[in-house]
Amino acid sequence: MRTLSAYQDFIDFFAEINWKEIWRGSEQTIQMLGFSMLFTVLLGLALGVLLFLTTRGQLLENKIVYTVLSYVINILRSVPFIILMISIIPLTKIIVGTSIGVKGAIPPLVIAAAPFFARLVETALREVDRGVIEAAQAMGASKWTIIWRVMLREARTGIIAAITITAVTLVSYTAMAGAIGAGGLGDLAIRYGYQRFRPDILVVTVGLLIVLVQLLQTLGDWLVRRLTRK
Amino acid sequence: MKKPSTSFKINQVLRSELINIPLNLCLYNPPSPVWHYDGGITLIQLEGISKRYKNGKLVTTAVDNVSLTINKGDIFGIIGHSGAGKSTLIRCVNLLERPTEGRVIVGGTDLTALKSGMLQDARKRIGMIFQHFNLLTTATVRANVAFPLELAKMPRAQIRNRVDELLKLVGLSEHGDKYPAQLSGGQKQRVGIARALANNPHVLLCDEATSALDPQTTSSILSLLLDINRQLGITILLITHEMNVIRSICNRVAVMDKGRVVETGDVLDVFLKPQMQVTKDFVAQVADTIDSGHFDNRPEGIVVRVHFIGEVTYEPILYEEVKKTSATFAILQGTVSRMKDTPYGQLVVELRGSAADTGSVLEGLRKRGLDVEVIG
Repeated sequence: MRTLSAYQDFIDFFAEINWKEIWRGSEQTIQMLGFSMLFTVLLGLALGVLLFLTTRGQLLENKIVYTVLSYVINILRSVPFIILMISIIPLTKIIVGTSIGVKGAIPPLVIAAAPFFARLVETALREVDRGVIEAAQAMGASKWTIIWRVMLREARTGIIAAITITAVTLVSYTAMAGAIGAGGLGDLAIRYGYQRFRPDILVVTVGLLIVLVQLLQTLGDWLVRRLTRK
Repeated sequence: MKKPSTSFKINQVLRSELINIPLNLCLYNPPSPVWHYDGGITLIQLEGISKRYKNGKLVTTAVDNVSLTINKGDIFGIIGHSGAGKSTLIRCVNLLERPTEGRVIVGGTDLTALKSGMLQDARKRIGMIFQHFNLLTTATVRANVAFPLELAKMPRAQIRNRVDELLKLVGLSEHGDKYPAQLSGGQKQRVGIARALANNPHVLLCDEATSALDPQTTSSILSLLLDINRQLGITILLITHEMNVIRSICNRVAVMDKGRVVETGDVLDVFLKPQMQVTKDFVAQVADTIDSGHFDNRPEGIVVRVHFIGEVTYEPILYEEVKKTSATFAILQGTVSRMKDTPYGQLVVELRGSAADTGSVLEGLRKRGLDVEVIG
């Protein structure tokens, strides 16, 4: 009898939830995550490779480029996300035409995550055996070939791990973006769960975010395991 | 620089063997815009190579004005202690390190004057293997060997056949689908060799290729290199710190010390009559060096060192010449061995008898082509 009533309480707790709203929030979160991840990887990979190549002793050694790039990345990484997001609203409007909704959230998400991802890519590339690059040079490979077919290939598990970490970080950023009108699960959690004292919605939205992070991490780990050849 | 040799010319024997073997026999030969090899004897010419590194105000000279000539068909060994600059020098041959001064001429082309695109093409004809193999860890054995062929834009179907051929050559046909981490050190080096030979190089550079391997694996890799040199006519330039490597497969050697080449010549000459102390130290790694100090002041006769090189090593020359006189002899110390394929012997012998008798024995030995020196 007692168990049954506990079960009934559990059901009752979630009875008033508007699941349609939750579904829409989930959709928005996934959209924000997907698009911002796509651009973060493209931009961050390019930056990370450039950062690595311009390091002393590497293929495109260039102290000025490296120093400037490094400073910009450090600055972007030190600004708290919520502040960054507000302060680049004019830029966001230029890029996507609006500063709200899923669209408006993507530029700040990318600008916050790409420098972070670039650093992770740089670290992953540093792990590539110098000798393998040298062997490719000795075979007459061009710099592009070495970057694509040797460095990125050899660093692939490190880069996948970096993508996983960045994706998880982006999940929490999307929740913060919710605070200034981006929508998504974070938005629901803040507006309903926190501001309107709806613990049921808070539990569901946070629960879904936890599931999302777990899925991302599991997928990333699985890929890394599958592609490890050492 | 090239020391004329009075002794057996292993060099010429090797070369005459090679004349009958057409280069690149049944092997893919990609068109190479920069390789106009003129068929002459010299394949690699290093002219006044210096490499200096600047670190702040400190300038270190890794290679100091080295000039070397490597002939077609040679297995040329550069031996030196670690830090002698040999690793930097071999990297200057394919310009992985650009020399601060000097010219690198390979197959008649001055590599130091080439633009990067042309240099990349030239490098496709210079194979290189490494101490730590440097294979792509994320690629299978097949993909590793196929990599240089893809760089040379060989059609896919041809790549398959060529990879099969190369894996067979190095004895890894069974292991094509494995990853480097699943192979032993010797197998990894075989993959490295197959990869280096893929585009039919004229030269194979070996950077301490056996230093990370155990003695047994070392000798199997060395015999593979020797086969490659003989059957494919590929010139080999190797660096090592082990005299054993030089003795087993090289016909010419250069000894490096503190960035300079201090001694160079046919391996037999350098091995049997080392001039510099470094060279003597290396020779001592593999041979009992004869310490002439022990043989001083033997009143009964004269102490001579007799060098046998070639098939005469197995002839009873010493006995025959001594028998002609009334002199006798005692062997004080001696070695009879082989260097690469050449038998050689080095005996320290005390000749007893009248001055006339010993004199005529010495003359007789010299007449029969032995190198005799009186050491006491």
